[in-house]
Amino acid sequence: MDAACHIGGRRLALYDQQIRLRYFEKRAYDLFLENLVKGTSHLSLGQEAIAGAFGVAMRHDDYTFATYRGHAHTLARGVPMAPVLAELLGRENGLMAGKGGSMHLTSVEHGVMGSYAIIGAHLPIACGAAWSAQYRGSGQVAVAFFGDGTTNIGAFHEALNFAAIWRLPVVFVCENNLYMEYTRTSTVTAVPRPAADRASAYGLEPVLADGNDADEMYAVATAALDRARAGEGPTLIEALTYRHGGHSRADPAKYRPPAEVDEWLARDPIPMYRKRLVDAGVDAAALDAIEKTAMEDVDAATEEAKAGAAPGADLLFRDVWADGGSSWRN
Amino acid sequence: MAELTYREAIARGIAQEMRRDGNVLFLGEDVAAAGGVFKGTTGLLDEFGPVRVRDTPISEQAILGAAMGAAMTGLRPIAEIMFSDFFAVCWDIVVNEIAKSRYMTNGQVSFPLVIRAGNGGGLRFGAQHSQSVENWAMAVPGLKVVVPSTPADVIGLMAAAVRDPDPVLFLEEKALYPTKGEVPDGEVVDTLGRARVLRSGAHATLVALGNMVPRATAAAEQLGAGGIDCTVIDVRSLVPLDTHTILAEVARTGRMFTVEENPRLCGWGAELVSIVVEESFFDLDGAPVRITTPHIPLPAADALEDLAIPSVERIVTTVEKAMNQ
Ligand SMILES: Cc1ncc(C[n+]2csc(CCOP(=O)(O)OP(=O)(O)O)c2C)c(N)n1
Ligand SMILES: [Mg+2]
Repeated sequence: MDAACHIGGRRLALYDQQIRLRYFEKRAYDLFLENLVKGTSHLSLGQEAIAGAFGVAMRHDDYTFATYRGHAHTLARGVPMAPVLAELLGRENGLMAGKGGSMHLTSVEHGVMGSYAIIGAHLPIACGAAWSAQYRGSGQVAVAFFGDGTTNIGAFHEALNFAAIWRLPVVFVCENNLYMEYTRTSTVTAVPRPAADRASAYGLEPVLADGNDADEMYAVATAALDRARAGEGPTLIEALTYRHGGHSRADPAKYRPPAEVDEWLARDPIPMYRKRLVDAGVDAAALDAIEKTAMEDVDAATEEAKAGAAPGADLLFRDVWADGGSSWRN
Repeated sequence: MAELTYREAIARGIAQEMRRDGNVLFLGEDVAAAGGVFKGTTGLLDEFGPVRVRDTPISEQAILGAAMGAAMTGLRPIAEIMFSDFFAVCWDIVVNEIAKSRYMTNGQVSFPLVIRAGNGGGLRFGAQHSQSVENWAMAVPGLKVVVPSTPADVIGLMAAAVRDPDPVLFLEEKALYPTKGEVPDGEVVDTLGRARVLRSGAHATLVALGNMVPRATAAAEQLGAGGIDCTVIDVRSLVPLDTHTILAEVARTGRMFTVEENPRLCGWGAELVSIVVEESFFDLDGAPVRITTPHIPLPAADALEDLAIPSVERIVTTVEKAMNQ
């Protein structure tokens, strides 16, 4: 989206992003309950300000590298809802025709270079895309999103050092939602701030942000993207946030203290942002219209996704190789 | 024609492709200023400069992640993993990311990249610097796997690998680095997925790969002197696999012996035996026989390593015994 749009427009865009991500994922959750979403699925409910702000701040040709918790990051780049939902439903009209599923959403035409389900793996891969952009002089930036628990795997540290020494145009965004799957990350991490406290080890400034504040996230994102584009190298951002639900569809998240959950629910980024806009004089009718359109889009996407057929057997053997096939012998 | 070592052929093969295509970049540990720990990449930094030929930290996941990210955004990287044993620390990037992403994304991304690695034993380096890992690689859908046995093949298969739109693991046999061979002048470009019949015999087919090719050839010379006339096939490419050539020779000779450096279980020869038995059973005059390294980690001492890896003598006696039964 156009980062140069005036402040009012930008704030509406930030609200629109968050609302669309929220409504989409609530629908995705309803569809699991109907047993239409097969397999697993990881929601970003509560964390939308981060993906949403980057979606507004990034240039159309920048690269996103997401995780298994990547619905929001994919949609935030402008990928239509229907193919994403159809992918969750395992339908032929899915974003990858049902071959990837919820954890591997990819839309190269929107700069979404993949969603990766092995913890930390995409950080070095984002470095590679950034290296390519640097070599081609394209001015593109690669942005990798990941969680707090991911800061303890080797690939995180390899990627940070690599990006720093080659001054790569890459932004690492740690969404610190306090938990790995079921374990509190602070109980297994040597430092209190899993990303920010590691930054100095790679010659980087620590950047700590309120991940539930879309304006703050937008400012931090823009600064990091500008720095990368100016050839000044990587940024490591730690954005504090909280997931409203469990780790994945099967998780009731009983391991979290109720007081903590309540405290974070009171800091839900979306009502907070709506209030801020109204307090700043934005016409509530404009926000209502955004919500209405988003819900209509989710409804239409649901119908379109549900109408999709199961993928045909011909897809099974397609696209192992660049020639479109799967043959390994003559 | 010029005579080159296998080692010299590496730099020549990479340089040939880097001259042709500005999108070919090369990265790895100690590859640029030092010219590679096996001195296989000497001269590349001087010719192509530090932007295209880059030394990396000791970060195998970062090396292969960088290659993957570059390949999916328009470049054609060549990455070096110093010893193929080190694939174990970055195997996730190879098998979960590079090999699967094209399929998972319904063909949205391609990975035109080459991963080179020094492979195999013979240097008395012990169990963590001597493994033959071709059977690890072959077991993963989405990877192409080539193993050259001559300097000319190093150059020709490197060119084919760099130009291929899919990821290729290019396993260089460490024991062959000092060996010499004739290389044609000018550009050398080969094709992936073609085995080569090195010698044609009437009685048995020896199918070998990499460092086992010269041993199988030497064994065939000795066996010929004793009246057993052998075909020798250099497999060259495990994926894609030239079953055509192999099945034809096995059908003609009626016997197959695989000569494999990889440890026994699930070695590439096991797959070949199953293909031959399923598809050419009635052409066989006897059971296929696999000659492999036993299913053990490789020992360091020269006396022990020589016992473990198939030798010319072991090939000769195994074939003689089977043929005279
Ligand atoms: C290498 C690896 N180890 C373990 C897992 C299983 N796993 C999936 S998500 C997850 C927790 C990750 O936590 P965090 O990085 O904080 O991200 P979040 O899920 O909170 O967004 C784990 C352990 C995995 N996918 N990959
Ligand atoms: Mg977390």
